[in-house]
Amino acid sequence: MLITQLKSKDTIEALAKGKVFIINCHGCKEVYFPEPEADELQKELKAKADVTEITTRDYICNPENLRLQLKKFEEKIKEADTILVFSCGVGVQTVAAYLDDKRVYACCDTCPLPGFQGVTPLEFDCGQCGECYLNYTGGICPITACSKSLVNGQCGGSKNGKCEVDKDMDCGWERIYRKLEKLGKLDTLKYPTQVRDYSKPFKEEK
Amino acid sequence: MKLTELFQRGEFVVTAEVGPPKGFHIEHLLHEVETYLKGRIHAINVTDNQSSVMRLGSLAMCKALKDIGVDAIFQITCRDRNRIALQSDILSAALFGIENLLCLTGDHTTLGDNPQAKPVFDLDSVSLLQMVGKLESGEDMAGNPLDGEAPSFCKGAVVSPCSDSVDVQLAKMEAKVKAGAQYFQTQAVYEPEKFIKFMEKAKQFGVPVQLGIVIPKNVGMVRYMNDNVAGIHVPPEMIEELKADKEKTKAGITGVEISARIIRECKDYCQGVHIMALGWESKIPDILKLAGL
Repeated sequence: MLITQLKSKDTIEALAKGKVFIINCHGCKEVYFPEPEADELQKELKAKADVTEITTRDYICNPENLRLQLKKFEEKIKEADTILVFSCGVGVQTVAAYLDDKRVYACCDTCPLPGFQGVTPLEFDCGQCGECYLNYTGGICPITACSKSLVNGQCGGSKNGKCEVDKDMDCGWERIYRKLEKLGKLDTLKYPTQVRDYSKPFKEEK
Repeated sequence: MKLTELFQRGEFVVTAEVGPPKGFHIEHLLHEVETYLKGRIHAINVTDNQSSVMRLGSLAMCKALKDIGVDAIFQITCRDRNRIALQSDILSAALFGIENLLCLTGDHTTLGDNPQAKPVFDLDSVSLLQMVGKLESGEDMAGNPLDGEAPSFCKGAVVSPCSDSVDVQLAKMEAKVKAGAQYFQTQAVYEPEKFIKFMEKAKQFGVPVQLGIVIPKNVGMVRYMNDNVAGIHVPPEMIEELKADKEKTKAGITGVEISARIIRECKDYCQGVHIMALGWESKIPDILKLAGL
């Protein structure tokens, strides 16, 4: 799951040169889009810059879909100096590739959001590492619950059960140990030393 | 010399720790080492960008120590290098004749003075230890053969005996022993009774342990450590002791006394001591004398 955050007003205003065509994408459930904030910012922009169109589309990351959706704006796009895209990074790249003679700018920063598909609560996250460790770790993911994504146990940075990176965050390995302790499964931790294979998510299984 | 040889001989192994400067002028550090440490301790451990604060490299400093006739322990963390760079630096250490490694995971990058840096942690302390073993067998981590003679090291690791989750630390210690750790140095100890209890459990692993000492300099420092440093707890009566005579504390005498007392109380339960002076290297001779070492 992704979250898109607006870039600062100053940054976006500086990008809005000449005739400006704005594309919002409210396409998929996997992306959280800051709708009211974007609305307000675009209203302000309209007062200051020469905004010729603000259109809100969906799934602009699908090139064929994008082409069809932008068809009726052909003229306005042709005369536009700047295309501002309020979407995730994939959407911006698709627009930039399609309108490859236009100045296409991203108005959002895209960050990963814990959990995905919109059905999991925030505290659970999957790093999509391609080599699930959950069976070793009592169902608590060491990749996402530990700031260092350690796979062989707790580091020396845990204090009062909290992580050295953030005093409000529980130490993932403290949680894993306590869970296995509760299950009477501490022996599970005697697994062989694990080394992550970073090539795995990109490899084809043979 | 490898520390393992000293432990095998039954020596009480005394080491100190120095942090390289934030720059490349090491004259002052070398002078401190020559004046206060050389000949009094077995080896000096050089920190690897301690607390994620960018400094001169540990390996280069180890080489400089070796050149003045001091055995060095190359501290190596997983924070800044992936497995290719780690393996390469370990081979470089072998070239320089560095025989002791201290393998750590490392503090997170956000704790240091370049918090924008990418935290690497491709390996961790356990897989790092295992990787050194692999190099010693003549292969790299991926199983590719090394050219010529394989390197050989004394492999050290760390453990926090006074951690508030000491059972979790013991599980990690066991994993490190299985991965090849040959000795341990501990986080700073201020509560001998906790350390002794820890050692009762740790002795099952059959590897030597060096008691960790951080000289308590003043009340501000120990309070800071209590609030912020994992695995360290300075008890209230010790804070009172530092408060009692401000001049004595300022002169370093209280810190020396406390450090020596902890060593005396713990030394029958461990196989050595590792002193982290944090700039107070000049106090180490007094501590050793007062501790009867």
